[in-house]
Amino acid sequence: MIRFIVRRLLASIVVVFVVASASFLLLHAAPGGPFDTAERRSAVVQRAMEDRYGLNDSLGAQYARELAHLARGDLGRSIKRDLSVNDMIARSAPVSALVGALGLLAAIGLGLVMGVIAAWRRNSRTDYALMGLALVGISIPSFVLGPLLIAELSLRLGWLPPARVDGPAGYVLPAITLGMLYLGTIARLTRGGMIEALGQDYVRTARAKGLPERTVVWKHALRLGVQPVVTYLGPATAALISGSFVVEKIFQIPGLGAAFVDSITEHDYPVLTGVFVFYAVLLVGLNLVVDLAYGLLDPRVREGRA
Amino acid sequence: MSMMPGAWARMRKHRLAVVCGGVIAAIAVACVVGPWLAAAFGLDATTIDTQLGATPPSGAHWLGTDTLGRDMLVRVLIGGRIALLVAVVTTLVALVIGVGYGAIAAYAGGVVDEVMMRIVDALYGFPTVVFIIVVMAVLGTRSLVALFALIGGISWLTMARIVRGQVLSLKRREFVEAARASGASPARILVRHILPNAAGPVIVYATLALPQVMLTEAFLSFLGLGVQAPLASWGTLVTEGSSQVLVYPWLLVGPGLAMGVAVMSLNFLGDGLRDALDPHTRKI
Repeated sequence: MIRFIVRRLLASIVVVFVVASASFLLLHAAPGGPFDTAERRSAVVQRAMEDRYGLNDSLGAQYARELAHLARGDLGRSIKRDLSVNDMIARSAPVSALVGALGLLAAIGLGLVMGVIAAWRRNSRTDYALMGLALVGISIPSFVLGPLLIAELSLRLGWLPPARVDGPAGYVLPAITLGMLYLGTIARLTRGGMIEALGQDYVRTARAKGLPERTVVWKHALRLGVQPVVTYLGPATAALISGSFVVEKIFQIPGLGAAFVDSITEHDYPVLTGVFVFYAVLLVGLNLVVDLAYGLLDPRVREGRA
Repeated sequence: MSMMPGAWARMRKHRLAVVCGGVIAAIAVACVVGPWLAAAFGLDATTIDTQLGATPPSGAHWLGTDTLGRDMLVRVLIGGRIALLVAVVTTLVALVIGVGYGAIAAYAGGVVDEVMMRIVDALYGFPTVVFIIVVMAVLGTRSLVALFALIGGISWLTMARIVRGQVLSLKRREFVEAARASGASPARILVRHILPNAAGPVIVYATLALPQVMLTEAFLSFLGLGVQAPLASWGTLVTEGSSQVLVYPWLLVGPGLAMGVAVMSLNFLGDGLRDALDPHTRKI
């Protein structure tokens, strides 16, 4: 287990290093420098400003400095606003995290129930209906679902606020829109995992012992059946991040996703690369945690894998 | 298909998948032929009639008109051409990379395989879509070719894993042994003997990649990075529509429905194909 952790840790460090290098190279390949603005200034001043930020050093020197900054956790500064990327993240990431966590939790809760019932009643009408529903959910993009929900539920029926997250009610529609992104996938993964789990010997043993079906399905089988969902949590968070771009734009949520999308239109390249590094580190770290959790769930993995 | 006895029979049992295959074929034909037919009725996607403006669906304009008075049905059909083109070309790019990568990893085996598959594992946990966004935004590329290359460049991971698994199990079979004994080169064995036998799962995952890629293109278009004017795809039409959904809902409903039905049909079709051609894999 320790060798496994060390190996995964090393791989994660390599990935983060590659990400940091890629973001540095991208920033340098961007057309124009940060001080190539319409503002009129003399060549001397221009040169002095570029020197101040070390833009005329050799590429290698700039790369080393950039990596040193990143290693200290400094993700760079916005060139359009007087803000560091770290400040932007500190200010807006908690909002995104809350909306994302709500969406993900709702999707996991509902998706697990759908998947377990579908697997338990395999090949019945219920199964087909639930899995059909899951596929429909996968197929509707959030930028279609979101505006339609706003138009129907908040503007026509007036049940929920159409935008902004001023109160608890404001989180409902964004969380639904975001959760629908992976509700279907979670339900399908659960069904697959449960069908395999229900065919295992230890489940037959549990049934033979005379345990009630409810306990067998929800306690014994689910522990194994939920595994594909656990592995999916990494990709799910990636989907959550790209989903947040759309959902935060549509519902005008002041989160990191909206800030990221705004920097696309404002050509604020350091923010784009800085936030990208942040997301990459977040995902790599999360995948590491998921891998370890996997070992805890299944004793066979815990002991078997060298 | 002789190599897959019973595949067609299993496929036909999936009535829904067959219907969806028909639907997707109908959509494709409509997108290719539709705009020409519409032109015969005097409808096209470019004639601007500001006097008319946005009108709800009617007998003259089945999906209504947009704020510039352009017929939405024709716009949706033409948007479908671009959306389907992007989906097919991008999937082909992903297919070529994924099949090549997976086959080489499996056939080489040993350390090569180990390293190549660890790279795939690492990429799975990588924010690939965010990466594309940063690349397109920073480099300022908006061309269709860049879109093909970038989306294709991130969509091959599952294909590589599937093909690797197939090749691993096929490369120990007798007919491969026979080919090797008769002096065939590794490249020839791979291309002529192994890969044709892995075609089933490859077709299945290519079908399942299509809707995924279509959604990615639409997502990039939503962010203003995908298909650019004067071209329009379902993604750009949906984006336009979603900003005006409160005033002119039909501008979202038309293209949204077209895209939703296409994505859904491809997903159901892929599911059916999986049960027919690749019955052993677990549902993902």
